Amino acid sequence: MTVAVSLRAVSRHFGAVKALDAVDLDIEAGEFFAMLGPSGSGKTTCLRLIAGFEQPTSGHIEIFGERVEGVPPYRRSVNTVFQDYALFPHMNVIENVAYSLMLRKVPKAERLKTAEAALDLVQLGGYGARRPGQLSGGQRQRVALARAIVNKPKVLLLDEPLGALDLKLRESMQEELKSLQKRLGITFVFVTHDQGEALSMADRVAVFSDGRIRQVGTPEDIYQRPDTPFVADFVGSSNVLPPDLVERLAGVRRFASLRPEAIRLGGEARLTGTVVARSYLGPVTRLAIEAVGLKLHAIVPSGADLPGEGDTIGLGFDSVALHLMGTEP
Amino acid sequence: MRSDGDRAPLLLRLAAAGGLVYLLAPLAIIFVYAFTTEEKSFVWPPPGLTLKWFAVAWARPDISAALLLSLQVAAVATALALVLGTLTAAAVSRTRFFGRETISLLVILPIALPGIITGIALRSAFSTFSIPFSFWTIVLGHATFCIVVVYNNAVARFRRTSASLVEASMDLGADGFQTFRHVILPNIGTALLAGGMLAFALSFDEVIVTTFTAGQQQTLPLWMLEELIRPRQRPVTNVVAMFVVAATFLPILAAFYLTRGGDEIAGSGK
Repeated sequence: MTVAVSLRAVSRHFGAVKALDAVDLDIEAGEFFAMLGPSGSGKTTCLRLIAGFEQPTSGHIEIFGERVEGVPPYRRSVNTVFQDYALFPHMNVIENVAYSLMLRKVPKAERLKTAEAALDLVQLGGYGARRPGQLSGGQRQRVALARAIVNKPKVLLLDEPLGALDLKLRESMQEELKSLQKRLGITFVFVTHDQGEALSMADRVAVFSDGRIRQVGTPEDIYQRPDTPFVADFVGSSNVLPPDLVERLAGVRRFASLRPEAIRLGGEARLTGTVVARSYLGPVTRLAIEAVGLKLHAIVPSGADLPGEGDTIGLGFDSVALHLMGTEP
Repeated sequence: MRSDGDRAPLLLRLAAAGGLVYLLAPLAIIFVYAFTTEEKSFVWPPPGLTLKWFAVAWARPDISAALLLSLQVAAVATALALVLGTLTAAAVSRTRFFGRETISLLVILPIALPGIITGIALRSAFSTFSIPFSFWTIVLGHATFCIVVVYNNAVARFRRTSASLVEASMDLGADGFQTFRHVILPNIGTALLAGGMLAFALSFDEVIVTTFTAGQQQTLPLWMLEELIRPRQRPVTNVVAMFVVAATFLPILAAFYLTRGGDEIAGSGK
C-alpha cells in the first residue's frame, strides 16, 4: 500500500500553545480518512499543515514520498474544501471551478469543458453562469467540491465539509462524498467533530485531543475497542468505569469502557442504580442512571415496561462487553 | 402608532427645510455672484447677469497654473496614499502582531489632528532637515491625510472579505501576485476607488496644511484665499469656486455610491 500523507514527529506550536505535539500519522493512498476530535484538539491544524497554510515547528511531512516542509500551498498537489467554502464572490460558478485551470494557462475552451465536467460530477451541470450568492448552502458546498477536484489532486482535504448543512442534506451528502471518493480514487482526508460522521464515512479514523493523536483505527476499532477513556467517551459517549470498580467487576485494576447499548435491564444484575432521567429517542430510550457514585447511560429498546425516574433497577451486561483499557485516565 | 402613513409632523418638516436652507443658501449665493455684472463688490441683488467671467477665468494664466498644480498634487498624493494605505490596511487586518492596535490608531491620527498642527509639524520637520519647499513638500503634507482615507476604506473592506479566500486561491495554485490580481484586487477594488476619490477631493481643496508646506507656489484654494484678500475681478473667484465644488462634490458622490450596499461578507457563503 502506498502512503499518501506521512507525518513524522510533527509539532506546531503557537507560542506556548502546542496545537499539535509530536504527531506520527500515515494516511494510505485511496483511503477515506477522518480526523476526529473536539475543537482545539489539533485536527484542523493538522489539516492546514498538510495543505501548506501552516508550517510545522518541527518534524517532517511527506506527500507521496516528497518532503513538503517549506513548500507553499500553490506547489502542492493537494486541494482543500473550506469550511466556509471560500467561493470567490466576484466570479460565477464556472469561473470559480476553472480558477486553477486558468492559472495553469489551460486554453479557454478546454478549461470550460473540464470545469463543466467537474460540475456534472457534483450534479450541478448547467449552473455555471450563476453567482455563488445565488446558490443554496448545499449547492455552494458542491461548487467548492468541484473546484477542489477539477485539478485531480492527489489528496483532497475537507475541513468540516458538512458542518454548515442541515441534517437531511448532511446525510445525503455523506453518501455522495463516499461514492465520489470511490469513483475518483483520490485520497480524502476530512476533519470533523461529529463522531457519527467520522464512523459512517471513513475507512479509518484518527482521534485527536490536546494536540495529540489518541488512537488510529477503523471505525469498529475506535468504537468497540477504544484505547483510552477519552476515546471511549468522545466516540459514542461510552460509560467509562474507574479502575477500582473494574477490579471489583472483572478482577483487573484498569479503566474499562461499557457501551450504553450493552447494558440490559433485568437478567442477572451486576450493578444497581437509580434512574435520574429518561429520554425517548424513538426506537430506543436513553436512561441516565446513578449507580455506585457514577452517572451511567443505558440505551434500551423502547417499550411499555421501562422504569421511570426515581426507580431503582438492576443493570446487567455480558463480561465481553466490558472493554478493558489502560490505567491512565 | 402612526395613523397617517409615514409623514413627519409639520414642525419637523419645517425644521428640516430650515436646516437645508441654512446649509445651501450661502452656496447658492456664491453661484449667483459668478454671473453678476458688478465686479468691484458684491451687491444684492446683482444689477445684471453675464457669462463673461467664465471666459475671463478661462483666459487667466494664474488660474490655470494654480488649477494644474492642484490637480497634480491631488493625483500624486492620492497615488501615494493608495499604495501605502492599502498595504497598511492589509498588514493590520490580515496579520496579528505586537502593537497592531497602536499602529491602527497612529495611522488614523493625522485626520483627527487639527490641520494647523500637521502643518506646523511638517514645516518644522522640513526646515530641520533643510528640505526646500517644493511640489513634493505639498504632496507629502497632503499624503498624511489621504493615506487615512484610503486606509479606512480598505480596512473596512478587508474586514468584510473572508480570509479563506486568499487561502483558497493559494490552494488552487496561485502565488502571492496572482492571488492579489485575481482575488484581492477585484474584492477591494471599489473600496480603493472610493477611498482614492475621497482622498483626491480632500487634497484638492486643502488650505491649512498647504499654507505651511507650499513655498511660492499656489494651489487653487490658496489662489482663492488670496483673491478674497486682494480682489481683482471678484466674480472670477466665484466661477473658480463653482468649479471646485463640482470637482470635489462629484468624486465624493461617486465614492458614496460605490461603497454603498454590499453589506454581505464577501466569500463567507453559508
